[in-house]
Amino acid sequence: MTSMDIHRMRNTADPGLFTRALRSGLPWKIASVALFALIWQLTAMSGFNFAFPSFTAMIAALWEMLADGSLIAAFLRTMEPLVIGLVFSIVVGVGSGIAMGLRSDVEWITLPIFITMQAAPMAALIPLVTFVYGIGLASKVVAVVMLSLPVIAMNSYKAVRNVSPSLVDMCRSYTGTRRQQITQIILPAASPMMFAGLRLGVAEGFSGAVLAELLITPTGVGDLITYHRSIANFAHMYATIVAIVLFAIIVVGLLQWVEARLFRPERRE
Amino acid sequence: MQLSMTATAGPGVPVAPVREPIVEVRNVSKLYGNTVVALQDIDLSFEKGHLTSLLGPSGCGKTTLLKIVAGLLQPSSGEIRVKGKPVNGPGAERAFVFQDFALMPWASVLENAAYGLKVQGIAKSEREDRARHYIGEVGLHGFEKKYPHELSGGMRQRVGLARALAVDADILLMDEPFSAVDEQTRRKFQEDLMRLREVENKTFLFVTHSIEEAVYVSDRIVLLSPRPGRVSEIIDPQISREISPDDLRRDENYLDTVERIWTGIKKYVE
Repeated sequence: MTSMDIHRMRNTADPGLFTRALRSGLPWKIASVALFALIWQLTAMSGFNFAFPSFTAMIAALWEMLADGSLIAAFLRTMEPLVIGLVFSIVVGVGSGIAMGLRSDVEWITLPIFITMQAAPMAALIPLVTFVYGIGLASKVVAVVMLSLPVIAMNSYKAVRNVSPSLVDMCRSYTGTRRQQITQIILPAASPMMFAGLRLGVAEGFSGAVLAELLITPTGVGDLITYHRSIANFAHMYATIVAIVLFAIIVVGLLQWVEARLFRPERRE
Repeated sequence: MQLSMTATAGPGVPVAPVREPIVEVRNVSKLYGNTVVALQDIDLSFEKGHLTSLLGPSGCGKTTLLKIVAGLLQPSSGEIRVKGKPVNGPGAERAFVFQDFALMPWASVLENAAYGLKVQGIAKSEREDRARHYIGEVGLHGFEKKYPHELSGGMRQRVGLARALAVDADILLMDEPFSAVDEQTRRKFQEDLMRLREVENKTFLFVTHSIEEAVYVSDRIVLLSPRPGRVSEIIDPQISREISPDDLRRDENYLDTVERIWTGIKKYVE
């Protein structure tokens, strides 16, 4: 180890806010967003599409919809099937994924179902769902589950399967019980890949919710998009899309934070 | 006695019988999938307080044998006795040091070193005290709060060693512990291991593929031949412990023993 490494390792004193921001790459993140906004603005100003609003017009529309409460109301409507569907997918997906990873009999019965679900084009099946569950909340929940459950279950399963056998052997060699092996070794070791699956699953759940609102009955965010498009209010349409993307990013980021807090102290810096 | 049987299996100088066997391997065979014979009729005794190396080319089943002794693998036939009692699983009197270190990346050096004690239900303050002591013993004092990814390979294996020492097992089973470590670190590590042997009154079973390492650290070397894995020869390197590590590598006796083992092994290496 070089002296520089030692210096870096020992240097754990609390740095100022500015250095911390610099180290976490915050200026680069801001610069990347600014660049994106600039390109958007220039593209719109070049007049490449009449339905493409300028970045500033989109921000103004976003502000207007926030102020009059229409955006919040739409989000609350969309949240309902999304939250119900995601809770179901996370509980069932993580549970069955872990069970499949730990027990070969469960794997044998359950795995083919999830492989089929993951391979099938779920968006094509959504209209089918309406035949069975009607056009209410139930079909939208099913749409969210269909999109988010397979990826969550498959990732949890692979995560458990990929745990280093020598770590499990280590626990066994110190006379660890099966319970200790699972709670102290397998679950923490599997958690990064499991959370990667959760992030993908949550993102899929968002598409499921919006797809359902566009394809089944227009409510919430899907309704807002459809409505503003139908009256050629393109700035508002784009603002809605940007808002849902931002919201998804925040939720996924939050998941990452939860993971670091719960399982992986070495990732906390 | 079974040892005299195995000792005559090779053409070498007769070796001393095992006076106080702490681990006995009796007629152990291991088959993988009914066709691959990893080990065939292994009969061995390990002397209490000694360091015995299992040496052989890859595929001779030396790691398999060590894992069977550890209770991590079940033999297809035969039995393992530890301190006279048959065992068929891991036990607190044996501790394992892994080739790939097997450290938990999410746990600090202290938590990793204390993990064996945690599994065995020792209270937090006591297990951390004991772990701290052995972290110092293996030369990692001051690194207790670091995480494995902040350490070099050699330092990680020292954590693995501290974890094994902390549970105060009588027998330390080491599976090629230095093979993932660079040469310089490895020599330092071997010297530290020799010093630890003097301090800790423990029995070591040591798997290695390095002839020099085996001759350097062992009281006894068990040579295994591959396909199927059998004991081909048992050698006691008669090397005085008085010699300094630097002189030892030029010692006649050391070089002769290395040469003799290489001659015995050569025919198995294409």
